[in-house]
Amino acid sequence: MLFNRAKSVEANIEKFLENILKASLIFEQAIKDYFDGNMENFDMRKEEISKLESESDSIRRDIKHTLYKELLIPESRGDVLGLLESLDDVIDTSQNVLVRFSIEKPKVWNQLKDDFIELSAVAAKSVEEIVSASRAFFRETTKVPEHLVKVHFHEHEADKIEVRIMKKAFDGDFIEKFSEKVHMRYFAERISLLADESETVADKLDIYTIKRSI
Amino acid sequence: MITILIFLSSGLFLGWSLGANDAANVWGTAVGTRMIKFKSAALICSVFVILGAVISGAGASHTLGKLGAINELAGAFTVALSAALSVFWMTKAALPVSTSQAVVGAIIGWNLFSQSAIDMKALTKVMGTWVFSPVLSAIVAAILYFAVLALLKVWKIHLIRLDGITRVALLAAGAFGSYSLGANNIANVMGVFVESASELFTSFNIGSVFTLTGVQQLFFLGGAAIAVGVYTYSKRVMMTVGSGIYHLSPITAFVVVLASSIVLFLFASKGLKEFLVSNNLPSFPLVPVSSSQSIVGAVIGVGLAKGGRNLNLKVLGRISLGWVATPLIAAVVAFVALFIVQNVFGQIVF
Repeated sequence: MLFNRAKSVEANIEKFLENILKASLIFEQAIKDYFDGNMENFDMRKEEISKLESESDSIRRDIKHTLYKELLIPESRGDVLGLLESLDDVIDTSQNVLVRFSIEKPKVWNQLKDDFIELSAVAAKSVEEIVSASRAFFRETTKVPEHLVKVHFHEHEADKIEVRIMKKAFDGDFIEKFSEKVHMRYFAERISLLADESETVADKLDIYTIKRSI
Repeated sequence: MITILIFLSSGLFLGWSLGANDAANVWGTAVGTRMIKFKSAALICSVFVILGAVISGAGASHTLGKLGAINELAGAFTVALSAALSVFWMTKAALPVSTSQAVVGAIIGWNLFSQSAIDMKALTKVMGTWVFSPVLSAIVAAILYFAVLALLKVWKIHLIRLDGITRVALLAAGAFGSYSLGANNIANVMGVFVESASELFTSFNIGSVFTLTGVQQLFFLGGAAIAVGVYTYSKRVMMTVGSGIYHLSPITAFVVVLASSIVLFLFASKGLKEFLVSNNLPSFPLVPVSSSQSIVGAVIGVGLAKGGRNLNLKVLGRISLGWVATPLIAAVVAFVALFIVQNVFGQIVF
């Protein structure tokens, strides 16, 4: 009985992590589609992420319910739910960014296109690593730190690209309107937020892992 | 029968205080951190303490018998009462105390009062065991810690399943710990009465399969007193242990409880001793040891295995103080109490 329930929660956690990973890959593609002007694909991917987000929410609620009702030593319970909640923020952020792209429709400048695509790829990589770190947290805590190092690395890279975009937008003379320069800065910050969220999860995971060491 | 029960009352009180305090050594972490419900812990603890006392309690009691064959019920009553009072006072004065050490001290007090020769061989064996048992607990705990660490590395069990397994393991270790506690420490509670009271209980058969000897019935009563202590008072002690003194992770708690239970069992099981002797392996003297010191030893062992950062010299000092102070105080209290019971109440104490 106990182990059957454990098995179903394990499967749910795995599904949840898979969704986060999928969402980050779709996010990267969606940004590329937007800057390539492929709006049909962009909209489709935005819908996919939205579906993944709501599915993940319900999986997380399901896990929470089972953990609190019948499973798990209180010590680990809070940490597991804390981890899942922070990971949920990652998928929320990717959905939010795409929604803003579709509403505000920022202008595509060829001078910035590659930078934005690179920024989204790096941000997605940070999410990929935080998902691997979370998997390791559940099965093999000794492997967590090496993934966390990679999360921090990608976050730092994302910061650098963000600054690069801002400098190009404000220093260059290809954008005339100040409002459009600010718009570019805003979207660079938004995409970079995904890496920031991953780093927030990484910081929490670092503590949870120390707590798990017997 | 009523007279017997009145005389046994001091032993039953010792049993109660053992249940109230020492059950927390076994179940404290699990209950204090709400991994196991108090109700489940109390039930399993009571059943296994009684089983341990009745099935394996004779060995350690025998050693106490050698130390002082208290042949009068009033004498046994006074000795147990003196031990109980010493434990009570020392606990109130916040001094480290162990029931085992108090009982041995009180028996020595009886020996001095009755001018019986003290079996120095038995006494050295008992006192040597006190020093040895926490050390052995530390060693066993360190070995178990490394073994568990290695297994976890190989098995890579999912956290969710690992928690389920830990819970079951804690229940099993708790049951074993309770059995060992009953087997080893019933000698403290009822050991002094074996000589004078066991013949007053006649053997009886249960369904013509089991026979309960007089001594076993005595131990059953003692076990029941421990169980009452567990139910009435141990919860708050468990909560203190779980939330304060030793904050252990669930898996470390399992290692600590298992290590100290193994040590208590080693010093209690006649069967194991015979097995070890027949296989030419080193065996252990059957002596009541302190479950608190055994647990502290195990915690220190795990601390050392983790790199020694947790080693608290103050704790070690307190344990050593307990080895000397408790038996001395109990011996003095017993001597004075025997004098009063003999001369004021006119009872025969030896």
